[in-house]
Parts: sequence; structure tokens; C-alpha cells
Amino acid sequence: MLLMCRSLGKIYRTRNGVTTALKDVSLSVGEQEFVCIVGPSGCGKTTLLKLIAGLLEPTSGRIIFGAGEKNGRLRSAMVFQEHGLFPWMTVLGNVAFGLEMQGISQHECRDRAHDFIEKVGLGFFTHSYPHELSVGMCQRVGIARAFVADSQILLMDEPVGSLDTQTRLVLQEELLRIWVEHRKSIIYVTHDIEEAIWLGDQVLVMTGRPGQIREEIQIPLRRPRNPLNSNRQEISEIKWHIWKILEEEVRKSLCIPT
Amino acid sequence: MAYLEDTRRGSTKEPLHTDLKERLLLGWWLPTMTVVVILIVWEWLVRSGELSALFFPAPSMIVQAFVRLLTSGKLITEVRITLMRALLGLVLGGISGMVLGLLMGWSQKLRILVDPFIAAAHPIPKIAILPLILIIFGIGETSKVIVIAVAAFFPMLINTMAGVRNIHPIHFDVAKNYGASLRKTFSRVIVPGSLPLVLTGLRLAFNAVLLLTIAVELVVAQKGLGRMIWFAWETMRTEELYVGLIVTAALGIGFNFVLHSIAKRLIPWRRTQIE
Ligand SMILES: Nc1ncnc2c1ncn2[C@@H]1O[C@H](COP(=O)(O)OP(=O)(O)OP(=O)(O)O)[C@@H](O)[C@H]1O
Ligand SMILES: [Mg+2]
Repeated sequence: MLLMCRSLGKIYRTRNGVTTALKDVSLSVGEQEFVCIVGPSGCGKTTLLKLIAGLLEPTSGRIIFGAGEKNGRLRSAMVFQEHGLFPWMTVLGNVAFGLEMQGISQHECRDRAHDFIEKVGLGFFTHSYPHELSVGMCQRVGIARAFVADSQILLMDEPVGSLDTQTRLVLQEELLRIWVEHRKSIIYVTHDIEEAIWLGDQVLVMTGRPGQIREEIQIPLRRPRNPLNSNRQEISEIKWHIWKILEEEVRKSLCIPT
Repeated sequence: MAYLEDTRRGSTKEPLHTDLKERLLLGWWLPTMTVVVILIVWEWLVRSGELSALFFPAPSMIVQAFVRLLTSGKLITEVRITLMRALLGLVLGGISGMVLGLLMGWSQKLRILVDPFIAAAHPIPKIAILPLILIIFGIGETSKVIVIAVAAFFPMLINTMAGVRNIHPIHFDVAKNYGASLRKTFSRVIVPGSLPLVLTGLRLAFNAVLLLTIAVELVVAQKGLGRMIWFAWETMRTEELYVGLIVTAALGIGFNFVLHSIAKRLIPWRRTQIE
């Protein structure tokens, strides 16, 4: 077991009162496990990732780390939903940032960053600034930065959210390939049910705000997964199942009666 | 002009031919021709007696005065003295404003503590505190530089603070997530993130400094461009007055130009940094 959340709760206090973003969330992530989270917009997915990353303190509950923790924290690398790149650094600077912070020598930072920049297909843009890239390219830079930092867990917040379907498929495959090669634990937030099933060992479906885990679904597909020879029947059943839950939750959160 | 110089790194191609032509026409030929025409008309009006040479000396007379002041070495001395005062004030006031601005942008506590004083002191026209400074420090170089520094301090402080506060909170999250130390957060996030507005602050600070330097010199100095302008008025040498004004304007334009090129080098990630 790499990490375990025990009845996590998060309440935001703002000028307009309090928002209960998360309520009683429990989950666990194993070593090398790929966990996907789907849920209605605003249900607290980003909040959950930030809690695990240690960027926010939970209002209640705890996060317990297994092996590999350092002063009560796990080294995590988060891919942010948006605006995650530093506009003042080139692609290289951004990707090398995590390594640089670990005090690794400049030379090695560069080499390792270059490697991953190639892996996400941005070799030609190594010295470009984020404003010179498309949104999708920026997201790839974010993914490279997270992978290169060599942390124990990757927290990805809709990392391919704003890409077109084709690019997304290719990148998902790429992501899986890198994941197989480096075998990290990943928590992956998405709003795309198919993506969640295709990528995850486990899919967590969240309720609308306040976010709770409504259901944990194991994905019984063997890896390496292939869209052609996989059990279509089984997948579509799972898909249908998740879809029903989500539809209900989205309706609830938008206050539309069923 | 500013948008003519906007060539980003990695931008795809040279502008189209017609586009370039149009830009040259608008950015260079047209303004030059306008100025030349105005100068010729002006000269002609003075020579024909339509325009009083006492108020509007002909361009040729101003040029003569300029050459005279330049060759006698007087102009260079005055400019040097004015520039020294201005730059000393800019450095002292600018650096302290920037440091306090970075700290106040970073720390909410400090901001809450200091903000009322800033808000109270900022609206005072800086020339108005000159008498007070003169009482405390006497009529000397120190008083002048202090007033000029105060003028540089506020724009620098306010813009730097805004620059730090404008940094997207996610950038701090990213730094924290990857385990950046306080020092690294400062050097890799806060400084570059606030740089565009710091440079804006520097530009505004220089404009304030130039204004204050001339103002202070008009009031108390024995030397300097301001003094030269004042003396020209006292002796009714209007053409020298014009020389003083033109040189002052040139200083302002020159500094802004230098700053613009610095900004382009320092912040290549911004399309338009200044203006
Ligand atoms: N910094 C904050 N201050 C106050 N409330 C916040 C803050 N961040 C999030 N919230 C609230 O917490 C709830 C959950 O937000 P969160 O960003 O975690 O949702 P999400 O599941 O990531 O949504 P999306 O799918 O749209 O990205 C929202 O209702 C939001 O209003
Ligand atoms: Mg989110």
C-alpha cells in the first residue's frame, strides 16, 4: 500500500460562507497502481489531489503513507488542470524544474529532461516558451515534468482534457507506455468515462458536491490493453454502469429532477 | 514603433512584403516627413516675421544655441549633473521600493502593516516635501537626491507589489509540489513572475525622477538642466530654454528606449512588455 485516505473532509471558508468540497472520502492506492477518478464538475476532484499532494490541509480525516514517505509526506508530482507551466521558463526549464528542486546537477537535469521532452514528442520545441505552444502541447510538457521528477506518485488532473480525440488517444497510449516503463502509482482525474476504463486498474466514481466516493470499480482488463482484442461486452457493461451513476449525480448537482 | 520591434523568438516568418512596406511607411517615413514639414514652416514663419522669435525662436537659432552650448562644454556639464542626480535617486529609491515591494507582495502581514502608510504618503506631490527635507538636511546634494529617490520609490514599490500579487497561485503550488525551498521559490517564481511589472515600475519611476530632478533644480539648484532652463528664462534667451527642454525630452526618450530593449531581452516570454 502506497497511500491511504481515511475519511478525508475539506471545507473551504470564503466570503460567501463555507463550501464543503469533500466529505468522508476514503480510498487507497497500491504500488504501481493506476487509479482513475471520475465525477461531476465541482465535486472536489482537484481538491482531493491537492490534499494528497500536501498543497492543502484536510479539515478532517488523515492521509496515511506506506513505504517511501519522507517526513510524513510522499514525493508527489502533480499535473495541473491548467496554468501549470511557468510562462517565464522554456519547455526545458519547465520540465527540468522538478529535478532542479531536488538539487540534481544542471547537466543531469538537462539530460533527463531532454529524454522526456523527446518522449512526449516536443523535441523540436525544447527552447520554446509556453505561449508559443498549443494548449495540448503545454499539457504534454506538464506530463513530462511530472514523470521526469521521479516521484513516488503522479497526480494528474485532466492532463489531456483539452485535446482533440485523436491526439488524446495517442497520448493516452503514450502515457500507458511511459507508465509501464517507469511503473509509478498514478491518480488520474478525468471526466471521460472511456478514458478512465481504458487507463485504470480501478475507477472511483464520485458523487456531486460534497464529494464522496460513490463506488469503486475494478477494471478486469488485462494489460497490455488493446482496443481491438479486449472484451467489448464487459467494457460496455462497465461503461453503462458508470454512466448511469454519473448521470444521476450530475442531475443532482445541477438540481435537475430525474 | 513598439509593435514594429515585436519580433518574438521562434515567431514563424518575416512579415509579408506589403505589410513591411506599410509598417515602414507608418512607423518611419510618415512621422519623419511630418516633423520636417513642420520645422520648415516654422522656420519660414519666423523669418517672415509672422511668428515672434522671442517666443518661438526659429529651429536654426535653436540649433545654433545647441551647438554653442555643446562646444563650450556647458551643456555636457549640466546634463552630467542632472543625470547623476536622477540616476542616484533612481537607484536608491528604486532598489528600496523594489525590495519592499517584493516583501510586501509576498507577505500579507507586512502588506497589512505597511499599506496604510503607503496609501497616505503616495498621493503627496513629492516636490511638496522638498522644504521639509531642506529643513532636515540643509540645502545640499543630499536633500535633492532624497526627494528624487522618494519620487522613484513609490511607483517601483506599487508596481513590484502588484507584480508579485499577480503571479498565479498555481505557480506557487507547483513550486511547493516539487519541493522548492524558500530561496528557490523566490528566485525561480517570485522574481521572474513579477519582472514585467517591475520593469513597468522602473519606467514610471524614471519618468517621475526626471520630473522631480528638473523641478528640484528649478527651485534650489546652482547647476543642472533645470537651472539652465530657469537661467535662460531670467536672461530671456528663449533658444537656450528650448535647448534645455529638448535635451530633457531626449533623456526621457533615451531611457525609455534603453529600458525597452532591456525588457525585450529579460522577458522574452511576454509579447508586449512595455507599452
Ligand atoms: N480555493 C477555493 N476556495 C473556496 N472554494 C473552493 C476553492 N477551490 C475549490 N473550491 C470549491 O470546492 C469545490 C470543489 O472544487 P474542485 O476544484 O476540487 O472541483 P473539481 O472536481 O476539480 O471540478 P472540475 O471538474 O470542474 O475541475 C467547488 O464547489 C469549488 O467551488
Ligand atoms: Mg478540477
